[in-house]
Amino acid sequence: MSRPWFVIGKELNPRVRLVFTLLSFLLPLVVWALVSYVPFLWHPLVRVGSPGDVSWFKPGLLVDRAVFTEENAKAVVAGGRAADGIRANPVFLPAPHEVARAFYTAFNTKPLLRGDLWLHESLALSIKTIVWGFLLSSLIGVPLGILCGAYAPVSRLAEPVIDFIRYMPAPAFGALAVAVLGIYDAPKVAIIVVGTFFQQVLVIANTVRRHDPALVEAAQTLGARPWQLLRRVIVPSCIVDIYNDQRILLGWAWTYLIVAEVVGVSSGITFFINQQAKYRNFDNVYAAIIIIGVIGLTTDQALAFFGRQLFAWKNPGSSRLRSFFARHLANRVIALAPETAVPPVAKS
Amino acid sequence: MSTSLDSILPDYRDQAPAVAERFKRLKERPVVLEVDHLGRQFACNGGTVTALRDICLKIHRRELVCVIGPSGCGKSTLIRIIAGLDAPTTGRMLVDGKETSGPCPERGMVFQGYTLFPWLTVRRNVMFGLEMGGMDRSQAESEALQWIDLVGLGRFKDSYPAQLSGGMKQRVAIARALAPNPRVLLMDEPFGALDAQTRAQMQAHLLEIWRNVEVTILFITHDLDEAIFLADRIVVLKANPGEVQEIIEVPVPRPRNPAQFNSPEFLATRRRLDELIHPRTAHALTEKLPIFRMTQAGDDVE
Repeated sequence: MSRPWFVIGKELNPRVRLVFTLLSFLLPLVVWALVSYVPFLWHPLVRVGSPGDVSWFKPGLLVDRAVFTEENAKAVVAGGRAADGIRANPVFLPAPHEVARAFYTAFNTKPLLRGDLWLHESLALSIKTIVWGFLLSSLIGVPLGILCGAYAPVSRLAEPVIDFIRYMPAPAFGALAVAVLGIYDAPKVAIIVVGTFFQQVLVIANTVRRHDPALVEAAQTLGARPWQLLRRVIVPSCIVDIYNDQRILLGWAWTYLIVAEVVGVSSGITFFINQQAKYRNFDNVYAAIIIIGVIGLTTDQALAFFGRQLFAWKNPGSSRLRSFFARHLANRVIALAPETAVPPVAKS
Repeated sequence: MSTSLDSILPDYRDQAPAVAERFKRLKERPVVLEVDHLGRQFACNGGTVTALRDICLKIHRRELVCVIGPSGCGKSTLIRIIAGLDAPTTGRMLVDGKETSGPCPERGMVFQGYTLFPWLTVRRNVMFGLEMGGMDRSQAESEALQWIDLVGLGRFKDSYPAQLSGGMKQRVAIARALAPNPRVLLMDEPFGALDAQTRAQMQAHLLEIWRNVEVTILFITHDLDEAIFLADRIVVLKANPGEVQEIIEVPVPRPRNPAQFNSPEFLATRRRLDELIHPRTAHALTEKLPIFRMTQAGDDVE
């Protein structure tokens, strides 16, 4: 039996979804593997084996294919031996297995220069920069965004200028940040704050503006005063959306990291990537870039998971963690998962 | 309605002695809510539109008054002004003889769209008004549970609104509005979104609550039968501008039950309301729609 897949608004069943998710990662990997391992696909260069009589060829040298045939032809015409070699990809495209190996070797390769950091130290530094930048930005950005969304005077006062500054690229503040904050970690955190904060205020203000005014009215008729309206109605009614905004904004913070890390003294994962590229260890470069992706995706998925636990009312009864607890702590079900303790929904 | 039925039906103003006696006693009760020459104009495309003009109402203690009117007559504007969610352009409003404005828990409100706080359980929803009034948490909780029991949702006290059906949500909303002990309960088409069967249950439920709770109810609806079934008096508004057309004393005796829907008093009141609300109904039905035939000849459905 075949059911059409291309139906608007129709969810796939869980198994097919999982398969598609895996394919989403697998397909690019397959393309990469094909380009790397199938010699007649791309492979624009030739890696010289024995140089023959071509004077400037050396074993292991990468030469353009056209140049290789031309030089060989010349050598043969001159009565010498032709060089042999195998088709190869440029050095900036390592094969999957080389990058996979680099995931291991990058971590236990001793830094070449004294004072350089190991990969894990670079990563830790990057994560620290992100966390500080994002926390500082959120500390002011989230409350300000909420106030902007709730109160028109705050919005009129703050948003026009923020909208203006938002268009200035964060890296443009690099030199300024270094002049004010020195060359080490502080200006990097500042760049992330600048890159995140202004977007954050506007995004969260917009989210808060989308609150349901009927809930505010209901609270007013129940005697809520202005401050209570904000704290007890506006914030809780928007908190899930704010949380999801924060997840997206954290992704933006990562994009500013790479710029931030070349400000002042280059550091963190960017320094590692640049250094390895200089040594032409492109397998390490790929490994480092992929690690950033893995960290980002893992963080986001973890936050999504915790969000579902935190905001039980949004999808009651569909949490795996809660049903796990419910099964194992059957006598405390009511405290942990109230919805399992009540009878199913009945028509009144 | 046929002419033969018309001739049998009594006048809607005729009241049985018991009903007349009840209205006499009702009018001796103190006035809880007074709306005094209330008017509301909206600015619209450079001009002004009068939504409400010169509305005067006196609602007595523990009376149940329904407001009906054609769409666009300003029913919702009226109840929003009384709730304090909108400000009148002219006139004033008194609760227990004292002038008042702005939203206040003494005028509780039940909205058509439930407006329960989705992040709070049923219990916490009902506690909301009590906590806003400064009651401490444990006392608010025990009072809330009594109200939840009153609307028959004791088993669902820890459910979230998303887990409840429409009728149950509206019962929670009623409990939530009643919990801070309002003088007046304002209800803005509260059962409008419910299916017919649930709506009938909710009407009976509301009367039951009203009998047992010290509260005065102002109920907005566009359902004529609902108004007659529930109300002591029905305020009929007319549109453009919204004005009081007539205040009808419902002659149907209390306690009410669904069997009364076919009683002469009920039908007489119904006929009067029909006259007031849909004066040109007969004309509208006979008016031809400009539809041309798009089926084959002979393929008739009636």
